Amino acid sequence: MDSVIEALPVYLDGFRLTLYLAAISGALSLVLGTVLAAFRVSPLRSLRLIGTLVVEVGRNTPLTLVFIFFVFILPGIGIILPLGTLPAIIALTVYTSAFVCEAVRSGINSVGIGQAEAARAIGLGSVQTLTLVVLPQALRTVVPPLINVLIALTKNTSVAAGFAVVELTATGRGLARDYPADVIWMLLGVAFFYLVITIPAGAIAGSIERRVVFSR
Amino acid sequence: MSKSVLYDEPGPKTLRLERNASIAVGALIAVGLVFVIIGMAGRGLFDDRWLVFTDPPKGQTAGDVWGSLGRGLRATLTAAAVAAPVAFALAFLLAILRTSGSRWVSRPVTWLIEFLRGMPVLLMMFFGLLAFGLSAFAAVAFGLILYNSAIMAEILRAGLAALPKGQVEAGTALGLTRWQTMRLIQLPQVVRLMLPSLISQLVVLLKDSSLGFIVGYPELLRTMQLNYSFFGDKYRFPLFVVVLIIYLAVNITLTRVAILVERRLGARGQSGRVATTALPPEAEPEPLGRA
Repeated sequence: MDSVIEALPVYLDGFRLTLYLAAISGALSLVLGTVLAAFRVSPLRSLRLIGTLVVEVGRNTPLTLVFIFFVFILPGIGIILPLGTLPAIIALTVYTSAFVCEAVRSGINSVGIGQAEAARAIGLGSVQTLTLVVLPQALRTVVPPLINVLIALTKNTSVAAGFAVVELTATGRGLARDYPADVIWMLLGVAFFYLVITIPAGAIAGSIERRVVFSR
Repeated sequence: MSKSVLYDEPGPKTLRLERNASIAVGALIAVGLVFVIIGMAGRGLFDDRWLVFTDPPKGQTAGDVWGSLGRGLRATLTAAAVAAPVAFALAFLLAILRTSGSRWVSRPVTWLIEFLRGMPVLLMMFFGLLAFGLSAFAAVAFGLILYNSAIMAEILRAGLAALPKGQVEAGTALGLTRWQTMRLIQLPQVVRLMLPSLISQLVVLLKDSSLGFIVGYPELLRTMQLNYSFFGDKYRFPLFVVVLIIYLAVNITLTRVAILVERRLGARGQSGRVATTALPPEAEPEPLGRA
């Protein structure tokens, strides 16, 4: 237990990097995922096709394989990314975007068609229908699943530990080596830092969800 | 396409416009693809490196390459096949304990589930590997079992909560004990209701078995890496493509099974409405479950 406190600065370094990875790839995948979702609900068949293809491949590929692609395969064919966190950020973003897309899309689909029909019946134009009726409802529904996707992303940053990024999990592995007598405590310390992010975020998602369900 | 909330039903003019725009965008994408393929060819990606699958160098036979990939796939599937039933059994136990009437039971189990759900699977594998001295295979199975039992327990709990109250009341009225009601009335319905979600979770479990790559379990990805370290860097790309296709084939098959099961259950008049409120299949390893 004392050694956990002794190692606190090391933990904090790892924690900071985990937060950094999660924040950057989270923001990027929110953008990319929303674009993909727009593709998937667009009236243009070819865009829908592309969107579906990207999402299906993204969702069915293990994250480890995505990491391998950006860390080992691309450099193998001469496309060299700078070492460090960049390949990890790209891999996490690509992987998470597929899940963001599905969350956004199901949010849009959850708005009943009658809502749009009612809006048009009272004489709203298509822009007004979208901004005043459809999007406000879709956004509310979409927030809890999006938070859950971001929680999953936070946990997924741990995969970077296998690819030379010393974030929280890799820090824990190193500490387990340095303090062989306290391995369990060292890893529990790592778990604590993940739970600090994931449990409150999950609680927030849950409470928003309950409120949205009642408002329907 | 079906009606959409986002735009009006298109008229003949709009339909024509949409079709033309779709063709134009499709052509643009095709041109982009052609450039990518030319670029790939320029890097020699379509040269004799693909022969690694039919006539590999270094005195190996095609059978050796496919055989090693096959063993890798088998190792991946073994880890998943060992972990899934155990996780499922454990999930039942956790779900039953969590919904127990006694707060002294349900509280600690709730904490345990939250603890397991909030941690990365990889960290649990490191627990197994470093803290408990398990072998690489056992560590992979350990991580997969603990994590997925917590997730599946939440799926089952969502199913229990979604069942109409009358089911339990009917059981009680018949004079069944709580455990009998659970076993004879609730669980059979819950499993059927949540089968699609449980199968989707199997896809997640299978994907997570690839973390064995990091803890040193010789699964499919590790086998791929061993192959290209042996044959040389130029074989990285073809091996990657084949392994990607293997994963996609296995996972998409599983997903299709889940959809099929969902449809069949829906057709039988099992209320699909309840099933869909419980868990969006896209919620990855973090289903809602807190409903």
